[in-house]
Amino acid sequence: MSTATSAQGEGRTGDPDLAPVSAESLAALLVAGERPPRPGALSTSLTFGRRAVLKLKHVPEQLFDVTAFPIMNLLMFTYLFGGALAGSPSEYLQFVLPGVLVLCVVMITMYTGMSVNTDIQKGVFDRFRSLPIWRPAAMIGYLLGDALRYSIASAVMLVVGLVLGYRPAGGAAGVVAGIALLLLFSFAFSWVWTMFGLMLRTEKAVMSVSMMVIFPLTFLSNVFVDPATMPSWLRGFVDNSPVTHLASAVRGLMAGDPPGDDLLWTLGWSALFLLVFGPVTMRLYNRR
Amino acid sequence: MSTETSGLAIETAGLVKTFGTTRAVDGVDLRVPAGTVYGVLGPNGAGKTTAVRMLATLLRPDAGEARVFGHDVVREADEVRARVSLTGQYASVDEDLTGAENLTLLARLLGHGRPAARRRSEQLLAAFGLTEAASRQIKHYSGGMRRRIDIAASILNTPDLLFLDEPTTGLDPRSRNQVWNIVRAVVAQGTTVLLTTQYLDEADQLASRIAVIDRGKVIAEGTKGELKASVGAGSVHLRLREAGRRADAERVLRGLPAAEVQLDGDPVALTARLTATAGDSAAEQAARALAALTRAGITVDHFSLGQPSLDEVFLALTGHGTGQEGLPSPDDDPKDGVAA
Repeated sequence: MSTATSAQGEGRTGDPDLAPVSAESLAALLVAGERPPRPGALSTSLTFGRRAVLKLKHVPEQLFDVTAFPIMNLLMFTYLFGGALAGSPSEYLQFVLPGVLVLCVVMITMYTGMSVNTDIQKGVFDRFRSLPIWRPAAMIGYLLGDALRYSIASAVMLVVGLVLGYRPAGGAAGVVAGIALLLLFSFAFSWVWTMFGLMLRTEKAVMSVSMMVIFPLTFLSNVFVDPATMPSWLRGFVDNSPVTHLASAVRGLMAGDPPGDDLLWTLGWSALFLLVFGPVTMRLYNRR
Repeated sequence: MSTETSGLAIETAGLVKTFGTTRAVDGVDLRVPAGTVYGVLGPNGAGKTTAVRMLATLLRPDAGEARVFGHDVVREADEVRARVSLTGQYASVDEDLTGAENLTLLARLLGHGRPAARRRSEQLLAAFGLTEAASRQIKHYSGGMRRRIDIAASILNTPDLLFLDEPTTGLDPRSRNQVWNIVRAVVAQGTTVLLTTQYLDEADQLASRIAVIDRGKVIAEGTKGELKASVGAGSVHLRLREAGRRADAERVLRGLPAAEVQLDGDPVALTARLTATAGDSAAEQAARALAALTRAGITVDHFSLGQPSLDEVFLALTGHGTGQEGLPSPDDDPKDGVAA
């Protein structure tokens, strides 16, 4: 096998220089192939997570939404609302940074649904579904890869925030705890998107449905302002929104005020999302 | 390899799958002996892919039963998955990753440790002549390379049963031959192969038994010989020494029963279509035709027997013979493959 040189740029048809298949070594491989024991749930999930990370390596454009997008939002909202709402952008930054962090990360969770849907359109999904493995692992793999993306987004925003004058009273421990809570919530919430990714036919449909869910859910919250001045019907929604609880809890952890109720609410919402949408996702995955 | 009690790799009874109003698979009974290549032959939209997807546990049957090495494809799906591999019409690998990454990841999912996974992946890439393409993304692979990496992924663990769904559709003749050689090597090691194809010659080259599927139903099944005899057709191509005798030759051939004669563009060539029946094979008819020409003093320089084309097989099978009435005709294609 010395001549497999041409190939690229030839499209999908012939490539006369492709090295021949070696029948003998193929036969030897087929005989030698022992069947190892079935891998465990954790190992399988981590392997799928590794696939997501490799995709980030090969398609680094995917990192745009966890770098430029959060920076843009942070700058935009800090300087747009800062003077009017809190007297100065740097005052407002202390309040809004944890909120914008939550907003950005929860918003970019919706790309999970699109990744799932894109894979279904291709043959690779059939391969995974025909393997004798723990079934949820393929889905968890997406979420593990995404957790890495969310960590990058969080780190980027924090660094920019610190440069702009954000000083979290909770210190490093508070900040790390806040991000950990955000990642946990995102993991649980993303099962909504895996469900849509499996349920809807096209990537476009996934995109538009996700937008319809994510915009009201993130903006109708206490991320930007105190809900006290909102009309009562809206307050009812905002006060009980999972994003409000999450934003308050993250804000509390980063500011060094133990969030108490909001932390419990956030954990409760996470459990609810996981327990409802996890099984629905797996049902759709198995049924396809 | 393991053949369980019945010696059958696949056994289905009354398998049905409906999409909307289309019965994509409409009561299919198959018995595939272990250790052989079994061909499922049919045109686009006949239900081949849908049937394979049910057998590979990717799709649930709406009715009927299917067993793979004695395991029910619905109730014992994991047992089935541990024994089968599927190579679909479209590359079942991740286009964004490289060939080596794909194989290593899949090997890990199959339970190989990291070093073993890498070793197995390197060995397979070498055996398939893909070593130099190992670190290129699949999206830059040619059609032939994609099929190879796809089949390599299917034999990371040697499967007991390999589904090859139209493995050569869209390939040039050279790549197609190479895929055929791979299939032969796989079967030689004891793996059962279920091969779907639109090409009669592919089924003829590889399969020992063939089922012909049309509109979700099996319309003929048997060994290659049985099938050809039942379809009973083909043609004999003749080249005469003298162009001047072609008219005589044509007259002689028309005098034989069941022969339809066509004059070719070449002035010394002509083709007689044979419509053999059971007990009178195409070869026997051809022999009689040659004998008759010799008796008439016409010298034949060269002759060859042509296979019936898939079109002819279909015409023969659906037009008459096997007792299947024309279905109420769901004329739109059941869109094989994009089953959702």
